[in-house]
Amino acid sequence: MPSISRAEVAHLARLARLAVTEEELDLFAGQLDQIVAAVAQVGQVADQDIPPTSHAVPLTNVFRRDQVRPGLTQRQALASAPAAEDGRFRVPRILGEEA
Amino acid sequence: MTTPELMDYAEVVDRFDPVLGLEVHVELSTATKMFCGCPTAFGGEPNTQVCPTCLGLPGSLPVVNAVAVESAIRIGLALNCEIAEWCRFARKNYFYPDMPKNFQTSQYDEPIAFNGWLDVTLDDGEVVRVEVERAHMEEDTGKSLHVGGATGRIHGAEHSLLDYNRAGVPLIEIVTKTITGTGARAPEVARAYVSTLRDLLKALDVSDVRMDQGSLRCDANVSLMPSGTTVFGTRTETKNVNSLRSVERAVRYEMTRQAAVLASGGSILQETRHFEEASGTTRGGRRKETSEDYRYFPEPDLVPIAPARDWVEELRGTLPEPPAERRRRVQAEWSLTDLELRDLVNAGALDLVAATVAAGAPPADARSWWVSYLAQQANNRGVELTELPITPTQVARVIALVTDGSLTNKLAREVVDGVLADEGDPDQVVATRGLKVVSDDSALTAAVDEALAAQPDVAVKIRDGKHAAAGAIVGAVMKATNGQADAKRVRQLILDRCGA
Repeated sequence: MPSISRAEVAHLARLARLAVTEEELDLFAGQLDQIVAAVAQVGQVADQDIPPTSHAVPLTNVFRRDQVRPGLTQRQALASAPAAEDGRFRVPRILGEEA
Repeated sequence: MTTPELMDYAEVVDRFDPVLGLEVHVELSTATKMFCGCPTAFGGEPNTQVCPTCLGLPGSLPVVNAVAVESAIRIGLALNCEIAEWCRFARKNYFYPDMPKNFQTSQYDEPIAFNGWLDVTLDDGEVVRVEVERAHMEEDTGKSLHVGGATGRIHGAEHSLLDYNRAGVPLIEIVTKTITGTGARAPEVARAYVSTLRDLLKALDVSDVRMDQGSLRCDANVSLMPSGTTVFGTRTETKNVNSLRSVERAVRYEMTRQAAVLASGGSILQETRHFEEASGTTRGGRRKETSEDYRYFPEPDLVPIAPARDWVEELRGTLPEPPAERRRRVQAEWSLTDLELRDLVNAGALDLVAATVAAGAPPADARSWWVSYLAQQANNRGVELTELPITPTQVARVIALVTDGSLTNKLAREVVDGVLADEGDPDQVVATRGLKVVSDDSALTAAVDEALAAQPDVAVKIRDGKHAAAGAIVGAVMKATNGQADAKRVRQLILDRCGA
């Protein structure tokens, strides 16, 4: 039976940049457990011989010609940015990581 | 920051076996981005080559660039890879402002090309086969500018500024299998591999392959294991390796650094390190997230790619002659020594000489022009040979004018100067500058007579059979004709006039 630990929830929360309280860790661990268990039922009818479905429509090779199409102006691109400077998006400093 | 201990290189290779893995990212030279119609040109004003799709705005949907897929398949074929019959894109999830979508659209366990190899020739002629694990399609990230810290470094920066012109530019990531058994030559093998790959990509005409502009980038994975053992050590991945020379230096530096750590009983941290061009060292960066942390899953907004086999075969037919084979052929056809061939390749002149030969010039003349006079001009201007404003056809025409006696070598250089100064084709420059060789014998004879009359003592010597003395008269005639006479012809006329 699936079992999602508090530590796993905390790890996922960190990856998703979500602040989660101690109580929420327990709450979400239980809820995620139920979700995973529900999804796992698919395994009872679909065995190894049935490939997992990633796309609902049976299409392949949808391509675009390599032709430039007009996009946004700099002003339009930055219009909804919380902060901008010198024609660029301004973001808070990035901690503990090196580009 | 403390300077890490380094082990002497000879001792490193005596005690350890290096294991390499090279990841090369190549930006394709398509007109538009991977998943939208924004232009990919380098150097535009920030955020002027963007649209809702590459900015990750809600409701936008990606559509795959057909030419990017075609280029990916051609690269795969040129690397002797198998081409997937069916493959998908995947989302690589991470939070970093260089990707506005908060994920990079990449490929995970289904690369478009896999299981290939590339033969790499080292300086002494030894050939090393580098196995290629995979080549997959993905998109480039935006560019960040860190403000407030020292020299654009992220450390101490107050905030960062993002330009998304590059976000979404098609990238092909080419990953080698682990390269073992190269010992002391590991750094050289790494450089030779990237160099060979660069030549191949250039011949395929799929990328600018400019390491200085970032259209070709190499990440070097290096680890060490004690000599004679077979269990790989912990690896580091060095980024920011922006030239062929840096590839070699970065690998060598990591080997000496890791060896010192291991020898002193320490362990290697699995991390991304940053190559410092100025000092030739690497510095620790971020801990690598594990592949699990990226939570890859199939991209729901893009349908799978299933390249038809006849399309793949059609693309195979468009592959150029492999650069190494082409060099061997050219060397034989043009009768070049190994050194001459290497100079030609290093000068980036092979294509130019080939085109000049194709335009009718003898190979020796074409080579001589490009690797000497024109190389000098390019050097003076601080540009690549290919950037000189003269075409192989124009060079071939100049050579033809020399061959048929219309120009001397000296005049030919003046004609080339004229072409480089944007004065038109060689024939126009000859006409406007009046540079034709004076081939009218009566005019030359008059000049010879005049010079002989001016230096009667020399004339006497020549009549006495001292042919060497004719040089002084040749000089005078050349001066009188502004250098536009054929010196050999002038000399013959002098001897004739003196009855010598």
